[in-house]
Amino acid sequence: MEIFVQQLINGITLGSIYGLIAIGYTMVFGIIGMVNFAHGDVFMVSAFVALITLLIVTSWLGITSVALALFIVLVVAMTLTSLVNWTIERLAYRPLRGSFRLAPLISAIGMSIFLMNFVQVAQGPRNKAVPPMVEGELVLMEHGPYQVTLSYKQMIVWAVTAVLLLGFWYVVAKTSLGRAQRACEQDQKMAALLGVDVDRTISITFVMGAALAAVAGTMYLMYYGVVNFSDGFVPGVKAFTAAVLGGIGSLPGAVIGGLLIGLIETLWSAYFSTDYKDVAAFSILAITLIFLPQGLLGRPDVEKV
Amino acid sequence: MAAPAARAALRAAIMDAGLTAVLAFFLLLPLIGFRTVQNIRNEIVLETRWQMLFGFVAMAATGRLFYSLVIAPWRERRATQARPPAATVARLRPILARWFAPFCIGFVLVYPALSIGLAGFQGSVKWIDNFGIQILIYVMLGLGLNIVVGLAGLLDLGYVAFYAVGAYSYALLAKTFGFSFFMLLPLAGCLAAFWGILLGFPVLRLRGDYLAIVTLAFGEIIRLVLINWVDLTNGYAGISGIPRPAFFGIPFTADDDGFAATFGLEFSPLYRTIFLYYLILGLALLTAFVTIRLRRLPIGRAWEALREDEIACRSLGINTTNTKLTAFAIGAMFAGFAGSFFAARQGFISPESFTFLESATILAIVVLGGLGSQVGVAIAAIVMIGGTELLRELDALKAVFGPDFDPTQYRMLVFGFAMVAIMVWRPRGLISARAPSLFLRERKAIAAGATEKGRSLREENP
Repeated sequence: MEIFVQQLINGITLGSIYGLIAIGYTMVFGIIGMVNFAHGDVFMVSAFVALITLLIVTSWLGITSVALALFIVLVVAMTLTSLVNWTIERLAYRPLRGSFRLAPLISAIGMSIFLMNFVQVAQGPRNKAVPPMVEGELVLMEHGPYQVTLSYKQMIVWAVTAVLLLGFWYVVAKTSLGRAQRACEQDQKMAALLGVDVDRTISITFVMGAALAAVAGTMYLMYYGVVNFSDGFVPGVKAFTAAVLGGIGSLPGAVIGGLLIGLIETLWSAYFSTDYKDVAAFSILAITLIFLPQGLLGRPDVEKV
Repeated sequence: MAAPAARAALRAAIMDAGLTAVLAFFLLLPLIGFRTVQNIRNEIVLETRWQMLFGFVAMAATGRLFYSLVIAPWRERRATQARPPAATVARLRPILARWFAPFCIGFVLVYPALSIGLAGFQGSVKWIDNFGIQILIYVMLGLGLNIVVGLAGLLDLGYVAFYAVGAYSYALLAKTFGFSFFMLLPLAGCLAAFWGILLGFPVLRLRGDYLAIVTLAFGEIIRLVLINWVDLTNGYAGISGIPRPAFFGIPFTADDDGFAATFGLEFSPLYRTIFLYYLILGLALLTAFVTIRLRRLPIGRAWEALREDEIACRSLGINTTNTKLTAFAIGAMFAGFAGSFFAARQGFISPESFTFLESATILAIVVLGGLGSQVGVAIAAIVMIGGTELLRELDALKAVFGPDFDPTQYRMLVFGFAMVAIMVWRPRGLISARAPSLFLRERKAIAAGATEKGRSLREENP
């Protein structure tokens, strides 16, 4: 029981990170129907930006307050990663809009390879570890030798995720920007006729996806304390799995899917085998797409002739 | 009047370049401007690289300025000017089309002799092995994947799984039972085809991007199983000491009954390399030939019909299940052949050789070549694989960038960049014309855009 509760806590933390990345996938797929393959690598780039900002803030500027440092890192990472994704969209995806279906996917795969190797060349192939920023934990349950703990960094992950998701939900659901996005999602041509700047809306979608990926990247760095140039691929595929599981195109679906994937992964590792935890995640992707292609909350895809 | 307009254009171009510089500065600031290094106490500290950062920023700004002042006006001029009909090109084209393929086949047949002649007996091993065999493996994989992606229109991102199945089948069966290469080659192909059907079966209903992602998941699952099933595959450590293929029973060894001794030659590893070269050449040509013949069979026509419109296909009574499964199976079979050849050539395999990057490379070759075009696949393989192999050779760059400069590091970087650039520049691939397999009286090449047009129109207005 204690193990189960502990794994539940760990799983929700991991799932929050997946959920944040999954939103980027689901929004881009919803609006232009493209699997943004490079999104996982954008997440990895954001973790590196966060790492470098953190080093500047702590060792050069000498800021010791953890909250302030974390806030600065978060803001800088979100801004710069958004800029990166905006540029990627302009250079690699926008010229291909209206081209044949596979072109953007191939371009995105190329971009993914480029980003990964760019970071490897620029920062070196070794793992980058930072000293733990936040230490300490709450003991929730105690039963013999087992303790169920909720560490402060897990609480930070939960809180930051929840606050940013709420803000994000507000933007999509209540502002005119969100309305424009949903309009483009349904019918780009009609939206353009009604005065929505479609190109700008798509750009902003990429920027928002990247900002949330940057939150995920910062949280990943803080939670695990280590980042590597190849860390984008597997979390990227898992986050995509989360987006598919929740129903691609659906924002609450992406978050729920992320939490589910996080939980399944940690519980699988705890009860079955750590070696095959990625196999479990990939199998879920295949099984969902085969048996439940519309996901948990998505609309069924009607085929029209 | 011209002067103010030109001045305005210049001012706009400079503004543009300035904005590009600012953008480039912020983009590159964290990852280029700073470098994380480990100090003696194993902590991470920052170093700055302002020089490099400003170098890149200046490069971006100059590039942008050059584009808006030189390239953009040139392209505009070219677009507005009526192009004169190029008479010589039109006259040469049929001759080129007639003789291009025989010339290429002739060239690859004499390539080993040519490289021995040019690079000498010792120096040619590198050219035949690193360039010839390496490129031909990818040509073969590209041709195999071309059946699945180019002809049947099923986007497969996990193609490397079948390559792995072929390689491991050969390695394990040859080591355990001691069967010969030529016995195991068809067997490895059959096993890979079997896996193709097995993995193809669940994904029959999926289309487009979804199919791509599920096949990617399958490819990764197979790789993870290869890593973790240590009893069978020896995990990360891989399988070494895989038996090499022999020339009609004569091994390529320095022994008395080896190839060199039997034919009264001095022993040299070059003979095996040449033998392997012709082996993979034969396999690649076989793949190309089978594909050409298959396109004329009902099944090949069904594949192409499936690529163009699945619903129309089904309403015309084509069994889409069988059509898709045969495409998966035949594509996988060729990957299995290539895999067992790879294992036999290397003598060592590990899961590291079968990562997603490999699938992406093969897919890139097929797409960049122009979906469905065999010549395109060959050209793309030469450009992508030969080009990245060539980067290894560029020791001259060390003189420019200093002795620490290692060009191989930049291999995949350039590769990824090339994938994006070619997609943006020519989204239809290098050879984008499609030769119809059925025609009335005369064969006309169709621009690939024309065949896709009906689809895109329909998708926009359902």
